[in-house]
Amino acid sequence: MGLSVHLKKKVKGFNLDVAWEIDNELTVLFGYSGAGKTMTLQMIAGLLIPDDGFVRIDKTIMFDSNKGINVPSQKRHLGYVFQDLALFPHMTALDNILYGSDTMRKSERWERAREMIETFHLERLEKKYPAELSGGQKQRVAFARSLMRKPLLLLLDEPFSALDNPLRIEMRRFLRDIKNRFDMPIVLVTHDYTEAFTVADTIIIYSNGNVIQTGIPQNILDNPLSPEVEVLVNNSPLSYSSR
Amino acid sequence: MLENSVLFSLRLSFQVAAVATFFIIVIGVTIAYFLAQRNFRGKELLDMLFTLPLVLPPTVTGYYLIILFGRNGIIGNPLYTWTGWSIMFTWHAAVLASFVVALPLMIKTTRAAIETVDKNLIHASYTLGHSEFETTVRVILPLAKRGILAGTVLSFARALGEFGATLMLAGNIPGKTDTMPLAIYSLAGSGEWSQANGMVILLTLMSGLFLYFANRYSKRII
Repeated sequence: MGLSVHLKKKVKGFNLDVAWEIDNELTVLFGYSGAGKTMTLQMIAGLLIPDDGFVRIDKTIMFDSNKGINVPSQKRHLGYVFQDLALFPHMTALDNILYGSDTMRKSERWERAREMIETFHLERLEKKYPAELSGGQKQRVAFARSLMRKPLLLLLDEPFSALDNPLRIEMRRFLRDIKNRFDMPIVLVTHDYTEAFTVADTIIIYSNGNVIQTGIPQNILDNPLSPEVEVLVNNSPLSYSSR
Repeated sequence: MLENSVLFSLRLSFQVAAVATFFIIVIGVTIAYFLAQRNFRGKELLDMLFTLPLVLPPTVTGYYLIILFGRNGIIGNPLYTWTGWSIMFTWHAAVLASFVVALPLMIKTTRAAIETVDKNLIHASYTLGHSEFETTVRVILPLAKRGILAGTVLSFARALGEFGATLMLAGNIPGKTDTMPLAIYSLAGSGEWSQANGMVILLTLMSGLFLYFANRYSKRII
């Protein structure tokens, strides 16, 4: 079992109530902006506390409102890539990556950092500051940093939204690569149809704080359960080519 | 040639401003951090309380400080009966007056600088396994550095020029508590213009220089 959540949260006029579980696969949370996707990630990461529910990562209870358990973000051991990437502007690429691994022994840390730099093709960029890197390079630093301490789970909040189209296509390939290389659940939030339907093993469709359909991409394309999903799916350029 | 009394005032002023600024950095940054990062009841009231000396006439601030720290004051009285020491009319009183009057400048600039640090950077640090304290030291404070520097320079300048509250609390004792602003007041009062001129020019030049640096630092944070 990878990740299992049940999350309820009320905030000013918005009501989130979702429950789902996934294996070590690439899952896409898909839906319009404001449907509660980012909020879900924040609650999984412990950056936002649900009113009610639970979060289990690999059978470990990270949050359970009934049992009064709330493991702090620091101890949830997950990787989080933010929409704006959140690279530390005052640290070099290498320092950003190393920042993700303070608990490791020194020799192990350096070895791991070298491994990450190689995996993400960041050679010769180690000494550069985020402001000196291109969009795609920043992206790779952010991924390297989030994977540095071997997380149990990877959360991606629209990490490709700032990139140009050709680069986005490259990043999707790169994402599949990460998935094959690291065996863990990956949750990707996006409102980009193409992105959602090309990379996902499973898609969870969000609408206004609820899950309205879950399934593998082809099933959702072939068999939308509600008019709302149909609208979302019909807007997708892929739906034409697959029919 | 500068007279001994002028040299004394010059040295005392810098000593008072430096010590006050040291405490302002330590305490001001801490207070600013909590005001920027935590939510608690009465937060804005607390902010107002700390900012009040910025707008109050310094004599009023001095008056409150006498009520608190005077020999019969709320804190001053037990301190005096216990140790036989009172802060009144010592150079420490000048430090206390400068501290209270200049502290808001530090709190204001630092709080603003900390609040502009991107929340996602703080969250990123948490998800990477770093505690709140570590995150503060390694992410928040380095990114708020310019605000803290601007606050330091402004506070030092303000402390150096403090007059009203210092006069109330430390008095104007020649050779003991007469900082430059107080010495200028005495010299002008007794018509010794030539000696006052030097100090006035010196204070003006230094204040201008401090403002230049404060502007340079604060421009880059906004």
